[in-house]
Amino acid sequence: MRDLKAVGKKFVHVMYPKKSSALLRDWDLWGPLVLCVSLALMLQGGSADSKDDGGPQFAEVFVIIWFGAVVITLNSKLLGGTISFFQSLCVLGYCVLPLTVAMLVCRLVLLAGSGTVSFIIRLIVVVAMFGWSTLASTAFLADSQPPNRKALVVYPIFLFYFVISWMILTFTPQ
Amino acid sequence: AVTVGPEEGEPGDDTDTTELLGGQRRPRSFWTFEYYQAFFDVDTHQVLERIKGSVTPLPGKNFVRHRLRNNPDLYGPFWICATLVFALAVSGNLSHLTEKQASPTYHYSPQFHNVTIAATLIYCYAWLVPLALWGFLRWRQSHGAGAYSFLETVCVYGYSLSAYIPTAVLWLIPAAWLQWLLLAVAALLSASVLALTFWPLVRADGRATTLAVVAAVVSLHTLLAVGCKLYFFQQPPSASPAPSPFHTTVGAEGLHSHAPQLPGTNISLLGTHPVR
Repeated sequence: MRDLKAVGKKFVHVMYPKKSSALLRDWDLWGPLVLCVSLALMLQGGSADSKDDGGPQFAEVFVIIWFGAVVITLNSKLLGGTISFFQSLCVLGYCVLPLTVAMLVCRLVLLAGSGTVSFIIRLIVVVAMFGWSTLASTAFLADSQPPNRKALVVYPIFLFYFVISWMILTFTPQ
Repeated sequence: AVTVGPEEGEPGDDTDTTELLGGQRRPRSFWTFEYYQAFFDVDTHQVLERIKGSVTPLPGKNFVRHRLRNNPDLYGPFWICATLVFALAVSGNLSHLTEKQASPTYHYSPQFHNVTIAATLIYCYAWLVPLALWGFLRWRQSHGAGAYSFLETVCVYGYSLSAYIPTAVLWLIPAAWLQWLLLAVAALLSASVLALTFWPLVRADGRATTLAVVAAVVSLHTLLAVGCKLYFFQQPPSASPAPSPFHTTVGAEGLHSHAPQLPGTNISLLGTHPVR
């Protein structure tokens, strides 16, 4: 129960990001796991003309999120960041929450129809959530980086959430 | 700058003074984290300068000596390759969308497997070609050719790929002449930086070797660009016959204008019936 509360508190922190060292100290990877699995599950059931012409498979989504988060963490540590490995994984994983919400909204919108209007709605939602994710994670991670390398650390985070947003936006149901 | 801090498990070692003296980095063990930190010892403005330098071929200025200055990094090559991979996959997918939207039989698909293919292609190019070139130059060192360290070679190649990123994005514009022009400009700029970098090394080795090496470098670089364009992107319509459903469902766009016209299918598609 205590763990569930901790996870829930972190979700709230992500939706209303403000600098909080308490959040960084008590890292956990339950939240990121739950988010990753639900995002990967929601990205299933996409259309494909042939088997390998469609969207990402479950394993591909999983690998992209976890491998991407590990690479970004290593990158920031190699550039001289002071954050610990698992703290950084924790922050990057939790900041996938806005994009998971976007995926949920997209699937609901797609139930209603898949024309131009639905695409525009989905585009706006995904872009907004992408911005939210990137800003939330940089709010948490920026302080631990050396000052003249902040852009070098933020750019891969931007690329990471961009790729996830792309996967969400291009999801087309069967 | 190299961080000076408590070293792990090395009591009584004057690490501070040895690093300050002579400005040389103490070679660290391959298995420590600090070994790899040395490859990421760059600031934002340095990375930006190197990217700019990779697309401006200046005859007197060698990229390795002028820009890298004994501080090659792996940040640039790695993230430029990653960006290029996703730029190719996303742009290529969008080019299919804009080209084929008019056709009623078209059904959009994200073509996610292109990411894997692009990643394999770009990262192999960025590591194997420098490896081969470095190996060749080391082998020829006895004949008078110079050599850079492996890391410097990888660094030059990685940064030279940055010219292809805006090219890949601009290939969305569906004008065939513009796409080939962009390809030519990007390949020319980055390949000349590469050529200028390696020219001084092989100059002493004899005319034949020099020309062969420079030609190989330039042609591989151009070949990469042409291959990516043909494979990932939908070719804009030129003066070709009306596309058949066969072409819209198959992913190999490179064969679009050169596909062998099978007599059987063509006759039935054009509406004439075979004589029974």
